[in-house]
Amino acid sequence: MISARSTSPLAVEMRGITKRFPGVIANRAIDFEVKPGEIHALLGENGAGKTTLMNLLCGLYEPDAGEIWLKEQRVWLRSPRDAIAAGIGMVHQHFKLVEPFTVAENIVLGSNRTLLREAPKRLNLRLQRLADQYGLNIDPSAQIWQLSVGEQQRVEILKALYRQANILILDEPTAVLTPQEAQELMATLRMLASQGTAIVFISHKLNEVMAICDRVTVLRDGQAVGTIAIQDCTERSLAKMMVGREVSLFRNREDEAQTTNHKPQSASPPALAIKNLWVISDRKLPALRGLNLVIQPGEIVGLAGVDGNGQRELEEAIVGLRAIDRGEILLTGKLAHIPSDRYSMGILTEFSVAENLVLKDVQHPPFQWKGLLRINYILKHATDLVQQYLIRTPSVKTQVGKLSGGNAQKVVFARELNRDHQVLLAAQPTRGLDIGATEFVYAQLLARRDAGAAILLISTELDEILSLSDRIAVLYEGEIVGEVDRASADIHHLGLLMAGKRERARDEE
Amino acid sequence: MREESVLNLGSALTHAGVLKRLKSLAPLLGGLLALLLGAVLLQLSGANPLQAYGVMLAGAFGGGRQLTETLLRATPLLIIGLGMTIAFRCRVWNIGAEGQYYIGALCGSVVALALPDLGPGLLIPLMFMAGILGGVIWSGIAGLLHLQRGVNLIICTLMLNYIGILLVQYAARVPLQQPDGFLPESAQFSANAQIPTLLGTRLHWGVLLAFGLVGVVYILLWQTPLGLQLRAVGSRLSVARCAGINTSRSILIALMISGGLAGLAGIIEVSYTYTRLKGDISDNFGFGGILVALLGQRQPVGVVVAALLFSALMVGAQSLNVVLQIPASVAQVIQAIVVLFVLAGQAIAQRESL
Repeated sequence: MISARSTSPLAVEMRGITKRFPGVIANRAIDFEVKPGEIHALLGENGAGKTTLMNLLCGLYEPDAGEIWLKEQRVWLRSPRDAIAAGIGMVHQHFKLVEPFTVAENIVLGSNRTLLREAPKRLNLRLQRLADQYGLNIDPSAQIWQLSVGEQQRVEILKALYRQANILILDEPTAVLTPQEAQELMATLRMLASQGTAIVFISHKLNEVMAICDRVTVLRDGQAVGTIAIQDCTERSLAKMMVGREVSLFRNREDEAQTTNHKPQSASPPALAIKNLWVISDRKLPALRGLNLVIQPGEIVGLAGVDGNGQRELEEAIVGLRAIDRGEILLTGKLAHIPSDRYSMGILTEFSVAENLVLKDVQHPPFQWKGLLRINYILKHATDLVQQYLIRTPSVKTQVGKLSGGNAQKVVFARELNRDHQVLLAAQPTRGLDIGATEFVYAQLLARRDAGAAILLISTELDEILSLSDRIAVLYEGEIVGEVDRASADIHHLGLLMAGKRERARDEE
Repeated sequence: MREESVLNLGSALTHAGVLKRLKSLAPLLGGLLALLLGAVLLQLSGANPLQAYGVMLAGAFGGGRQLTETLLRATPLLIIGLGMTIAFRCRVWNIGAEGQYYIGALCGSVVALALPDLGPGLLIPLMFMAGILGGVIWSGIAGLLHLQRGVNLIICTLMLNYIGILLVQYAARVPLQQPDGFLPESAQFSANAQIPTLLGTRLHWGVLLAFGLVGVVYILLWQTPLGLQLRAVGSRLSVARCAGINTSRSILIALMISGGLAGLAGIIEVSYTYTRLKGDISDNFGFGGILVALLGQRQPVGVVVAALLFSALMVGAQSLNVVLQIPASVAQVIQAIVVLFVLAGQAIAQRESL
């Protein structure tokens, strides 16, 4: 390590970092280093300690033990202000931009030292020059709300660069992007790295890590499993490091299932039919604009699209939480619902596993008798479901908030799939889940489909849509802008549809 | 290497365990700290703090008479606190217990004055029911304003306090005033309308009822579907709504139960302590009951402890006044400091990190 430093000074060196929270060790003696001009992936499942480690580097926490060195200088980062001053910039998953302000105003916000506002023209010019210098395509005079998500992300990057960051941390930056936008981001990052910026790329997507990074550090259970040059690893070996065991790559298995034993029952009447659906959003704007969609029993229809194109409103309308403005939703049979945000729609974190499992049915026998809960029956019911759905919990009386995201999601699955249903609405069913839990969710969805349920899968993960769906529809600004069979689906074409380029997509074909 | 890390984990866990145990003592430490601050206050008032606390303790628990007084004072606090426990579990911020208490007292008094000759076995349950009904209606008005018109529930219930109290003062002064009386108060209730005492003590049936309600509230909250649904609404409204629970109905039920119990406390106090309707029939029991529910951590058994503590502070303050001529307001300040510090301690105990 000393010899490495003597050749080229490391941009970041974290040594023996330990961070404890009551009852957990989030980081345990982690060594982590980034060279200038390097794109370094920080890979790990949820809860592996990636975010904690980076929050330590951003000055949000202080380590219990260990040292942070920047360019061979020991630093103590006591606040985000310290970190910014030390040249560390972070692009969060959720952007921290003021919508009615212009790009330029957002960038200088908080770092302007003068009393008087700089003339907009001069400011825009100054920032345009900066953007050009880094090859970022941004109009400084545009207001944030006019920009696409990809453009907003570039604003965040430029903001960090404006503050003279030479260490850039990106937290799952592609999660909100279309495939094309992700490509652009990759190009930008390569450009920045070539100019000497050290980049930390937090992700759990193996293909991206393989595509863009120079080295990767894998975390598991709060410990660094290892740091490897990217040419020395494969997706499979990384997955194994991340999870700690061999992972069956579900897409291959799914291909088999698809060809061998699955036939949609297209002859029967649709289980879910949505006709010319108009729904108004919370901001009093039409969120769905004449949406049409039909799902047969025994098929999975994947609804692809970038987040914020009406997914949430569609989900709420189907479940009955949002008033329908025009059109209709015809449901044949009962509905099971895997909500997009399990903590605001699915489960109560303060309630026990057992209570959450009966939340929708407590008022009916067999869970109550003459107005009293049959507690022993409820506990037994929970014990059965915990075994059946492999929920890892210390007890059925444990609060769901104390479980991992994957196990909390399994509680939702157990409750919803155990209730009688013919239609399954699965919205972002693997959001925030690790590989193991994702495998479980995919297997459950395929099993339900094979049992004859009609499944609407709403997901912003195109990979997920591609591996599970029989048919794929693309949602853009509240409308279905294209529908394709899985067999003829092409990621480039879907990406264009997701970006709203309906005509151009057709022209290209 | 591996064994070492396991060891590390172990020691860290015990370290965290010790901290956790210390943290769970925070409310108690808060209470002690409050008493320490109170000691300073007593010293400034010219009393020996140790002696003063001794007097308070003796005044609240020192003998049969004192214990009885403490139990009697605790009764309305306990009944209101139990109602508030249900409301707060459903995240219904009813701070109108004082008004609901007054209206309950009014409705019960109307029955008592209208049917003075009815046998006590019938009259008293009838008065209780009228009291509960009064509280239910008064809280229900706030509930409807909130649910139908979107008025803030805290403001609604708070404002209805004033209307309720003034309404009772008006009733005691005009329509229900004792014929040919001078004071703004009703005629004394007939003996039938006064709650009987228990076997030659000064304790009455309302005390037993209050303690019985502890079990009822416990069962309601944790062993009925309704209780589970109310708690679900309080835990996260959007999840409860997704689970098909009628959240407006739940909020109204929780609000009305708390209002009804406040009304019951009102008629019990009037029937036993005052034996007539007056304009001033509460020792801030409504607000005290809210604090008791919070202090008792919204747990029925905790509410019992909090009600007794609160009542003991009130009763002890009286002896402080009598024996050491220290104004009762000093004791009220101590009471408030205790509540603040214990609640702060609870907040610390519940916090995830230190």
